[in-house]
Amino acid sequence: MTAGVKAGPPLRAEPARRHTGWRRQRRWVLPVAGAALALVFLAPYVVMLLNSLRPSGDVVRTPPTFLPREWQLSTYAQILGDDRFLAWLKTSLLVATASTLIVIAVSVPAAYYTARFRFPGRTAFLLLVLVTQMFSPTALVVGIYREWFNLDMVNTYAALILTNAAFNLAFAVWILHGFLASIPKEVEEAAHLDGCSRLGTLRRVLLPLTMPGIVTAVIFTFIAAWNEYVVALTLMIDEDKKPLTVGLTSYVTGYEQHWDQLFAASIVAIVPVVVLFAVIEKHLIGGLTAGSVK
Amino acid sequence: MPRARSDRASLGSALLWLGPSLLLIFGVVLYPAVELVRASFSRFSITGLRLGDAGTRNYQAVLEHPLLGTVLRNTLVWVVAVVTLTLVLSLGVAQFLTKDFWGRKVVRWAVIVPWAASLVITAKTFVMIYDYYYGTLNLLLSKLGLGPVDFLGSSTWILPSMVLVGVFVSIPFTAYVFVAGLHAIPQEVYEAAHVDGASPFQTWWRITLPLLRPAVLVAAVLNIIYVFNSFPIIYVLNDRNPGFTHDTTITFMYKLAFKSAEKDVGMSAAAGVFNVVLILLVVLVYLRFTRWREQTR
Repeated sequence: MTAGVKAGPPLRAEPARRHTGWRRQRRWVLPVAGAALALVFLAPYVVMLLNSLRPSGDVVRTPPTFLPREWQLSTYAQILGDDRFLAWLKTSLLVATASTLIVIAVSVPAAYYTARFRFPGRTAFLLLVLVTQMFSPTALVVGIYREWFNLDMVNTYAALILTNAAFNLAFAVWILHGFLASIPKEVEEAAHLDGCSRLGTLRRVLLPLTMPGIVTAVIFTFIAAWNEYVVALTLMIDEDKKPLTVGLTSYVTGYEQHWDQLFAASIVAIVPVVVLFAVIEKHLIGGLTAGSVK
Repeated sequence: MPRARSDRASLGSALLWLGPSLLLIFGVVLYPAVELVRASFSRFSITGLRLGDAGTRNYQAVLEHPLLGTVLRNTLVWVVAVVTLTLVLSLGVAQFLTKDFWGRKVVRWAVIVPWAASLVITAKTFVMIYDYYYGTLNLLLSKLGLGPVDFLGSSTWILPSMVLVGVFVSIPFTAYVFVAGLHAIPQEVYEAAHVDGASPFQTWWRITLPLLRPAVLVAAVLNIIYVFNSFPIIYVLNDRNPGFTHDTTITFMYKLAFKSAEKDVGMSAAAGVFNVVLILLVVLVYLRFTRWREQTR
């Protein structure tokens, strides 16, 4: 990665004594640069927000303007009263919640067992999980479609939920494995001595200690399922069974152009997950790179 | 001995605890892979019913497709351009984000947004931003006197336009990997360099970069996988253009089965097998790299 030289001047903080001038300046230069950087990453979403606050005709009107010529808040009320939108929202909530519950129920025992015990096949299992993380549903979409087609489960919530759960399992196992492995064995042994069964120890002692990991896995899985596109696009045929990501796009097609509704619905779809993501910001990298860092 | 008992476990109890995971992995991740291979050797009706064996005809059809060369070239440009630009820019962003300044928390939060937001939704928004008549970007360019550009409709601009969105959505994750890598570098190393009189550039070139190498490797390989598999950006931004001229191997495969006139599931599956093999090769390289790192440590 020698190309990185171009990326930045030596950005490391300098000892204060040598550069008193810079030290005084950086107190305002850095926040200003930070604001500029933040603006770059928020810009498309600002456009999204502004477009959701103007009538559709104003979005596609020449000459274009940055700010709405006419402000319109009623779009939000409109989509929240739109049966199609509510059906998509329901699917997204149902699929994301059910996938998350399955992932947690399945990954906690697996992570606990691999973190605590040595057994034949342990390495093979962890390697299998790592390889799964490399598989994307996109690359396998034809195979996924064939499987549910053969089982006559195309266009069912169950197919979408199970697919989402399976492809997000690896991340959850890795991050929980890391959390559980870091809890000293003595804690568990003490609980055993006090007469706690293995399942009781897991529930009363280890799970509370692993809460940050579980919260991270829950939020990450929920968001991944909430944002999933290609499998839902392929499997869900009925209009009212589509999730938000797929449904939204039908606000603007060859037949209808409701730009205002598209953007308002987009805002409704992304604001909750952005807030959730910010909550677990600190723990995200741990799970995603766990397989390689360890 | 209680310790020995809790350390060792039988295969039977292992299956009990790992069973559900194995069921899900084999049933819904690995089985579709088998189905994919099976489909690649089969003929299908337009409604998706299996008609019989196709031998290697689907593979031949993919290899003889007149636009295969274009699609492969698009894929190479897409992956190389997005991954390289992402790595370079993310390094700058990460070094900035590890500095101490007023409002850093808010900036970190802003950088996370494209990562959390759905890719389809971000891509849809970019369709509007890039629009020839109504797009914000063209509004900006016109104000600067650079005239409107048909970003998504011209064969010169479409690929760079898609790359820009690809880089935009890949930076947050990559920058966070680098932030984690930068935090892992012990402060004493920098102090020692300072005592030895190293210039800021020397410090960065000889200490920061080499010690960041593991993070760069991880970010590079994960990005190659994500970017190669990337679907929504190309599918959505390229939606108005007919044919496969601006597709990557992933969207090419998808359109073959679900969007093209032929709806050729078998041929699409063959293309999918090529894709999976390519990704597996990358995974092998990845595993080799990580082992290599442990040996050098």
